[in-house]
Formats: sequence, C-alpha cells, structure tokens
Amino acid sequence: MKAAVVLFPGLNRDRDMIAALTKITGETPALVWHKDGDIPNVDLIVIPGGFSYGDYLRAGAIAARSPLMQVIRERAAAGVRVLGVCNGFQILTEAQLLPGVLMRNASLRFVCREVKLEVVNAATDFTRGYTQGQIIRCPVAHHDGNYFADAETLATIEGNGQVAFRYAQGTNPNGAINDIAGILNTKKNVLGLMPHPENLIEAAHGGSDGRALFEALTTLAA
Amino acid sequence: MKARVTVTLKAGVLDPQGQAIQGSLKSLGFEGVAAVRQGKVFDLALPESDLSQAEANVRAMCEKLLANTVIENYTIEITP
Repeated sequence: MKAAVVLFPGLNRDRDMIAALTKITGETPALVWHKDGDIPNVDLIVIPGGFSYGDYLRAGAIAARSPLMQVIRERAAAGVRVLGVCNGFQILTEAQLLPGVLMRNASLRFVCREVKLEVVNAATDFTRGYTQGQIIRCPVAHHDGNYFADAETLATIEGNGQVAFRYAQGTNPNGAINDIAGILNTKKNVLGLMPHPENLIEAAHGGSDGRALFEALTTLAA
Repeated sequence: MKARVTVTLKAGVLDPQGQAIQGSLKSLGFEGVAAVRQGKVFDLALPESDLSQAEANVRAMCEKLLANTVIENYTIEITP
C-alpha cells in the first residue's frame, strides 16, 4: 500500500503520521508539499493535523482553497482513499469533500486528552479492523472540533452510514452534534476525524487502539 | 470601489463565543443584554468602477471563501 502525506504550511502533526504509516505499512509515505502541484499515484492520501495557515479565517479554510486540493478532489472522485485527521478533517469539510463544518469547541478551550470512540460503521476500508460498536481509546488535541451540520444533512449522513466514529461514554470533548467524531463521504473513500489514531499505535504510546485503522488500509488493493 | 462584508452565524447555530462575551458584559455591569452573536467584518478595496459588477464579484468571494455558508450568512455594502 502506497501512501502520500500532504503538507500545508502550519501543519505540525505530519511527523507522527509519517511515523505511524512507516511503522505499520512498512513503507515510508511520499511527502507532498502543497506547492508541488501534483501527488504521485498512491492508494491513500493523508492530510495530517496542525494549524494550516495559522487557522486564519476559519480552521482549514485557506488550505481547502489551495490548488493541490483540486488534485485531491480528482483523486477522491477516482476512488483513492483520503484520510484527514484533525486539521486535515477541517480542511476536507472546508473543501466540501465531506459535509458539515467544525466549529470552535463549545467550551471555547483547547482540549488535549484521551476520549472513547464508538466505531459506528465498521464496514469501510478505514474501519474494518474494528468490530461494529467497538469502543476504542483515542487521543484528541484541538480547538475547533465541534462538528455541526444542518438537520437535513445530519439525517442524510446518519441514514447513509457516513458516521464512522462517535465520542462514547460521555467523553464528547467539544460539543459536536450527535457526538460525531469522524465522518465519511457518500462513497466511503474519504474519512475525516478529529481524534488522532496515529498517536496510539504502540506500547510507548500507552496503547495501540489506533493501529487497526492503519492496518486495515495496508491491505488495500494496490 | 470599496466593499464591506459582514459575516454572521446563521440563526440556530450555537455561538459559544457570543455567549462568553454576553457573560463578560454582564460581569462588567451591562445588565439586560439578552443575546450576543459575534461575527467578522472584511473591508475590501476593489478594482471595479461598476457597482453591480463589484457586487457580483464580492458575492462570488463570499460564496467561495469569506463565508462558510453551512453555518454563516453574509451581507455586502458597496461604497464608491
């Protein structure tokens, strides 16, 4: 499985993502700077977390209008898997590759802690390493993770199985509507989530609940 | 021409920042403020000399970048 990690100025969780992908897939991902203009042919494109363009205007808004996003849009339409974590999720919603929006946390505080996630749809390329309804541990670290969508959009994504992960057991850290932590597009080849599975992949992290997400992706058809 | 774009949250979208500002106003002794909704203002210097052209251009800017229309409304004022 070949992966590419996309880098916009201000992203800062890229090294964790590269380390996780390298350790779990056995291959170092291609690194694509936003000005490179193109992305090599890969099975998975990852937009990691951070603060692209300083979160100016709205979190993810500037990166979402970058010319490189047009390449990601085309690849996603062609079926390439796209994973956005944290700021990557915000960028994917701002680019309208995923529905809804991530607003300022209801507490107005930056949250950095561990939460519990319920695997709401375990029948996707990203989540099939988990069982339906499984509760996993995962760290979060964000200021704008308060997922919101209008009632019509919510009904659609809930009905289509587009909710991949929900905050479980009262651990919603940001006020996200319906406790939504991660969502998929209609084709289920684009996943965005606020928590950081790449930060819980080995004993040194204190657990490895995030590992199954990447392991599931390693067996993607090349 | 110049344009001022005001971006506000749509009705029904929770505004925790507005609520915090409301709480702060109350603590400063400004009683009776029933609600605070905060937003953003953009002042643009435009190349157009035609008013309707300028407005159409700014509207496109709002739709494409300045506002996230999932949660935000915008208003445009054009001045010569």
